[in-house]
Amino acid sequence: MPTSPSEPTAPTDLAVVGAGPAGLAAAVAAADLGLRVTLLDAGERPGGQFYRHPAPGLGARRPEALHHGWRAFAGRVHRLRDHQRHGRVTHLTAHHVWTVVRDPDGWRLHAVAGPEETPATVRAAAVLLATGAYERQLPFPGWTLPGVVGAGGAQAMLKSGLVLPGKRIVVAGSGPLLPAVAGSLAAAGARVPAVVEAASYTGYAREVPSLVRNPGKLVEGAVHGGGLLRHSVRLLTRHAVTAAHGKDRVEAVTVSRLDRDWRPVPGTGRRIPCDALAVGHGLVPQLELGTGLGCATRRTPDGTLALELDGDQRTSVPGVWAAGEAGGIGGAELALTEGELAAASIAHELRGTPYPRAVAGLARRRARLRAFADAMAAAHRPGPGWTGWLDDATDVCRCEEVPAGSIREAVAELGARDARTVKLLTRAGMGWCQGRMCGQAVACLAGEEPAADRRPLSCPVPLKHLAELPPPAEAGAED
Amino acid sequence: MSPDPSPQALVRAEPEASFEVTFDGRPLTALPGQSLAAALWAAGILAWRTTRGSGAPRGAFCGIGACYDCLLTVNGRPNQRACLVPARPGDILTTQEGTGHADLAV
Repeated sequence: MPTSPSEPTAPTDLAVVGAGPAGLAAAVAAADLGLRVTLLDAGERPGGQFYRHPAPGLGARRPEALHHGWRAFAGRVHRLRDHQRHGRVTHLTAHHVWTVVRDPDGWRLHAVAGPEETPATVRAAAVLLATGAYERQLPFPGWTLPGVVGAGGAQAMLKSGLVLPGKRIVVAGSGPLLPAVAGSLAAAGARVPAVVEAASYTGYAREVPSLVRNPGKLVEGAVHGGGLLRHSVRLLTRHAVTAAHGKDRVEAVTVSRLDRDWRPVPGTGRRIPCDALAVGHGLVPQLELGTGLGCATRRTPDGTLALELDGDQRTSVPGVWAAGEAGGIGGAELALTEGELAAASIAHELRGTPYPRAVAGLARRRARLRAFADAMAAAHRPGPGWTGWLDDATDVCRCEEVPAGSIREAVAELGARDARTVKLLTRAGMGWCQGRMCGQAVACLAGEEPAADRRPLSCPVPLKHLAELPPPAEAGAED
Repeated sequence: MSPDPSPQALVRAEPEASFEVTFDGRPLTALPGQSLAAALWAAGILAWRTTRGSGAPRGAFCGIGACYDCLLTVNGRPNQRACLVPARPGDILTTQEGTGHADLAV
């Protein structure tokens, strides 16, 4: 038997990919139910992007000041550490899982670990994907200027590094993240002249039933609204940043009024001086590992794709569950709930463990929160007219510097009908990020709905790790 | 009286001893646990790379390792995502031009 750094350890019951709210809740709940769990996460500390917090060296005495629902997190981390001490949970930090493959005993997860990109392999009877999401970006002239950052990116850098991209930061885009980002940037000392929201909140009026069934979410919204008032932040709805200006960094943005379809209304543009812009149009579920396994997907009300899940959080592939944003953007409370539901289902399936009594309540909470998430997704779905704020010279693909004009040419003159053909003709989406930043926009310009992420490797992998993989015949010895 | 609002004041941070790194020969102060991107932002630096097509300046964008805009040469090793790599005392950071492999003439 050859010994290599990628020699897998003894198989575990459950491998959880991602230690954000969903994965953390699932790992802890599954260990409570007696399963042996390996929790793999790309981060150094549990929490994912939502509960991202400073490293111990930064000595934050009140990390909760940047968070909502910190107690739910702190309690689970306490339980996680307890399970680790008793050998029930193995927490592998800085492990980026790049593929999951079948194994005679279940599954084999391949990861690269740490800055040295050491190969690591975990075997497990069941897999739970809690891979979260990244931010949806819609390009506009000037969005590649330094000082233009993702809204979630600004939030992430603030939460983990205690830094701001500037002193006067416009927050723009669409979705419920924006008021939260603006509130924390302002509380941390930035001036936020405006929150620019492309949707109109009247979209929520159609969703009154799901709103009144979620009083907690209304309170959350009121808290963020109150924070904006306290810091004199102006909220402009049905407006968008249609250009960022500056030479070596952003110095001002143009904010335009939008019509119902998100088309900029001519003559309404006005300039707001700023030294940073935090921008994002909601979140996109991160699906590579699931689609790589052949898991079915569904179209969500904001136009993205999510994994199709049953009432027990099962994907369409037996032995693979998912929880949190990978099954549709819904926020941390829903992710925590889904993680616990998935754990109960997995313990039942692997060991026949009876479902805990709390499961009925969890299922009701999930249905209520999912309905609210769907209502919000519909309200913030980008209108087709957003492409009207792109001029031909605007780079759509940041990595390969492919301008909108080339993509339009590929569609209008070279006959491209989908994002894949546009990619082959223009190299849009073929750079470092593999289309994570431009994929949604390119699909839209090509005239199709965005397709599911299909990337055979979910992160860069040294070639020698691929060469060291066992041949498929060995992995699938039962065949 | 409460201190001026700042990220550190907000979470009542009492960081361990700071240390020095250099960016294109200029000394910067970093705090333990900060990423390289955070240390650069703290010094007011938002761009540390030029693109290989138009040579345009870039820095951190997504902040979570997804966009690869924040690529940086760290201690001579190019293509490091500055938002993911923790700062270490004495790190030598240099602006990354193009692919970062100019010395290979590829």
